[in-house]
Amino acid sequence: MYNKIIPSKKWTLPNGKVVEEKRSKTPFIFFVLIVATWFSVQLTNFDMQTIISEARQFWIIFADMIPPTWSYLPEVWQPLMDTIKMSLLGSIIGSIVAIPVAYLASSNIVLFKPIVVLTKVFLSILRTLPTLVSALIATLIFGLGTFAGTVAIFLFTVSYVGKLLYEQIEDADMKPFEAMESIGMTRRQAFRYAIFPQVLPNFLSTSLFCFEGNVRYAAILGYVGAGGIGLLLDENIGWRDYTNVGMILFMLILTVYIIETISEHFRKKLI
Amino acid sequence: MDLVQKQLYSSPRNYRYIIVVIAITMILFIWSLSTVHLDEMVENGWSVAVNILSGLVHPDLDLLFDLTRQGVLYLLVETLAIGFLGTIIGACLAVPLAFLSASNVVPKPISFVTRLLLIMIRTIPAIVYGLMFVRVTGPGPFAGVLTIGFLSIGMLAKLFVDAIEDLDTSIFESMNSLGCTTFEKIRYGIVPQLLSSFLSIAIYRFDMNLREASVLGLVGAGGIGAPLIFGMNAYRWNEVGSILIGLVVLILIVELFSNHIRSRLVRG
Repeated sequence: MYNKIIPSKKWTLPNGKVVEEKRSKTPFIFFVLIVATWFSVQLTNFDMQTIISEARQFWIIFADMIPPTWSYLPEVWQPLMDTIKMSLLGSIIGSIVAIPVAYLASSNIVLFKPIVVLTKVFLSILRTLPTLVSALIATLIFGLGTFAGTVAIFLFTVSYVGKLLYEQIEDADMKPFEAMESIGMTRRQAFRYAIFPQVLPNFLSTSLFCFEGNVRYAAILGYVGAGGIGLLLDENIGWRDYTNVGMILFMLILTVYIIETISEHFRKKLI
Repeated sequence: MDLVQKQLYSSPRNYRYIIVVIAITMILFIWSLSTVHLDEMVENGWSVAVNILSGLVHPDLDLLFDLTRQGVLYLLVETLAIGFLGTIIGACLAVPLAFLSASNVVPKPISFVTRLLLIMIRTIPAIVYGLMFVRVTGPGPFAGVLTIGFLSIGMLAKLFVDAIEDLDTSIFESMNSLGCTTFEKIRYGIVPQLLSSFLSIAIYRFDMNLREASVLGLVGAGGIGAPLIFGMNAYRWNEVGSILIGLVVLILIVELFSNHIRSRLVRG
């Protein structure tokens, strides 16, 4: 389209041949970006002056967090463990459930198209649902507490791991699959012995990565009453007890750092 | 013993390692089961679920196609604007930080400190940023933009660093031999290598930011989150249904679009 509106540049070579050079799209993209930015600035009342004059407020809160109240640690411990348990349980069950879901969503394994399309649409909708919204719905159905948070994390994990897994299954090498089918295995058996070993390392790596992210997400779920450290965070911010907030954040950062290091170690081994 | 069996037996075996890892995972799994208290279940949970579902399939169409400032369409555009501007701010801030933490650009100690800083930025939950920025700018979409901007720095910088560390440095040697100045080396040696992957990463983050922006309304940082959460707390499921439909459609469209652009960027 773009090339039709703006004619391409013509070069005449020494031997008389005429070569066309397509115009770069960069100026056009740049223009669109500038316009979009301008509109966004208008819509969101973005104002540089406020940032410059009020930025102090932001650092004041940060400064208030230091030093954290170390004596608050025993109270942080239990919710922190709850958060880790929630994300661990949700991630493990979610990753396991993601396998059959991804199986149904792979167009090269399941030949009945409607099932494939339906599963894919279901996964997309599940993935677009913000975790906080599913957590809030879960608290209404299952009551306040860690179980609701676990359900929300479970749903997110199924959608995330499921999507990446079916993409990998569709990319997998189909030759062993066909060979096994030709010697009389059923499609499910062939999937188990030909495709599954191919995607297993990537699947485990994705699940670990998802678990890392889930610990971080689980930290905010308490905000809607779904248990974990978020509840504590919410309370302390409400009371403007920033030294306690500092303590919570410190523990959270430490935990996430440890989990990230462990999971990165295993993920490097897997790939 | 034929060739196939020989090959089979000669493959390295680490059963013990795998069994230990599986055992640890199982222990952790059982440990985490203690978080489930099914006895706390709400008794009317089932009827609530049915109510929610019926609300979601009977969305409030007036709200969905309302063109005023309270309508879903306006709020979606506002959310889009928050996500877009936030991504741009985050990307601008992430580029220098990424160069500062790339181990092939700066000395080890500096890169380690910057990495630690990035982990801290990444771990602090969105809602904490939101509350802090609401204090700075007052409630409204402006706070959302700043929150999203700060939130994106962590992941953007982490992925940018990977791209920077993959830089092909042999190009600089050939440019040196041609007598290029430092500016030329950056313009023709570094920028073409990094631009497409940086753009692709930023577009991916924009996708995620849209999702983040949709919950920031919870702390008064603008966007579609506030009406969504209020609707849910007030059990007005028809409204929630129309908002969620709008949100899901918007996110899916943006995702399709961004996947298309990103695959073209990667293929060049």
